[in-house]
Amino acid sequence: MTVNSRAMAGRLREAGENFFSLACNLVPRPDEHLRELLLRGLGGDPAAYHGFLRELGAHLRALLRRRLTGMPDDVEDIVQETLLAVHNQRHTYNAAQPLTAWAGAIAKYKMTDFLRRHGRRERLTDPLDEVTELMHAKDDRAGEARRDIAILLDALPERQRLPIVHVKLEGRSVLEAARLTGMSVSAVKVGVHRGLRALAAKLRERT
Amino acid sequence: MTTDELTALLARGGGMPQDAPARRHATAVASGAFTSAVLMALTLGVRADISQAALLPMFWLKLAFPGALAAACLVAVMRLSRPGAPLAAVPVLLALPVIAVWLVAAAALAQSEPALRPAMVFAPTWQSCPLLIAAFSVPPLIAALWALNGLAPTHLALAGGAAGLLAGTLGALAYALHCPEMAVPFAALWYPLGMLIPAAAGAMLGTALLRW
Repeated sequence: MTVNSRAMAGRLREAGENFFSLACNLVPRPDEHLRELLLRGLGGDPAAYHGFLRELGAHLRALLRRRLTGMPDDVEDIVQETLLAVHNQRHTYNAAQPLTAWAGAIAKYKMTDFLRRHGRRERLTDPLDEVTELMHAKDDRAGEARRDIAILLDALPERQRLPIVHVKLEGRSVLEAARLTGMSVSAVKVGVHRGLRALAAKLRERT
Repeated sequence: MTTDELTALLARGGGMPQDAPARRHATAVASGAFTSAVLMALTLGVRADISQAALLPMFWLKLAFPGALAAACLVAVMRLSRPGAPLAAVPVLLALPVIAVWLVAAAALAQSEPALRPAMVFAPTWQSCPLLIAAFSVPPLIAALWALNGLAPTHLALAGGAAGLLAGTLGALAYALHCPEMAVPFAALWYPLGMLIPAAAGAMLGTALLRW
């Protein structure tokens, strides 16, 4: 190979790499977008966090509809259960970690858990590769779940139910909720946190 | 409740500091190690000749081995408590301190008189050593499982097992302050065996207790 053609090959390779990185930047990666929404949400931006949960829910729904073709009625239940788990475990997300790896692992865990509880072992012989599959498609047609979380919420003890109703359903501040319930501010926060975890546990028990 | 209502509910007040898992693990390790050390001091007592023993390298090796393994276990437990965290490096990290102490033990055996070798392994306390390490690992095991319980392990047996091994290393650290044996081959065999008892218990408890 002559010096000239070697230089030419180098230039071509460089051009190829430039084109590749350009293409990567032009095509918005859903992972990056969702990750940004989550990080802003964790930083205290409720609108960004709402956007994150909605979009993640759409991805989960598409994934589950594709995966669980034999049980379409269960899809919305697993979507809700996974979203609640993602919320309850949001402190375990590490900003250095790809979002798909984290959310995909939670989705896989919840899906496996759901199928195991329902004795649907035969579906698990499929290799589960949600980590790479999660971002493939979106499905915004949120349906009704078969289990009503509102009913489970009513069954929580008052010290957990009232904080969730005031803060999470009615959108009051923690301070207002504390005044309304006569609980301390930290008791309201703990009540919300423990209540949502208890709700997740109840979802697992009931089905 | 529809999924849209649920996301709206969850979205209110989603702010969350991201150092919570690290603080939880730190609390568990500190309280577990402290309780284990106090328990050892109250029951067996720190060895009487500790000030002389502390001048010998073997005393520090007996602390360095479980200490290094504890650090590796902590990395493993932290990774296993986060969904989707990379785990490929964990087996290597766990193996390094064990391989290192085995190499030192092999060298010590090779250099000694053949007639003395059995005594370097079956020193007087060999029967009680693994059981006592397992006993002192109970408080750190409870603490480590508590830490995992507030986090999100997706491989329950592995996470519980790593928590148990971590507890075993902390139990061994406490026991090393009492342990009168000063031969590397002794620590290279009976210490890991003692640590494996809480590791097995942790793996079983993990599957039963850590679901979320």
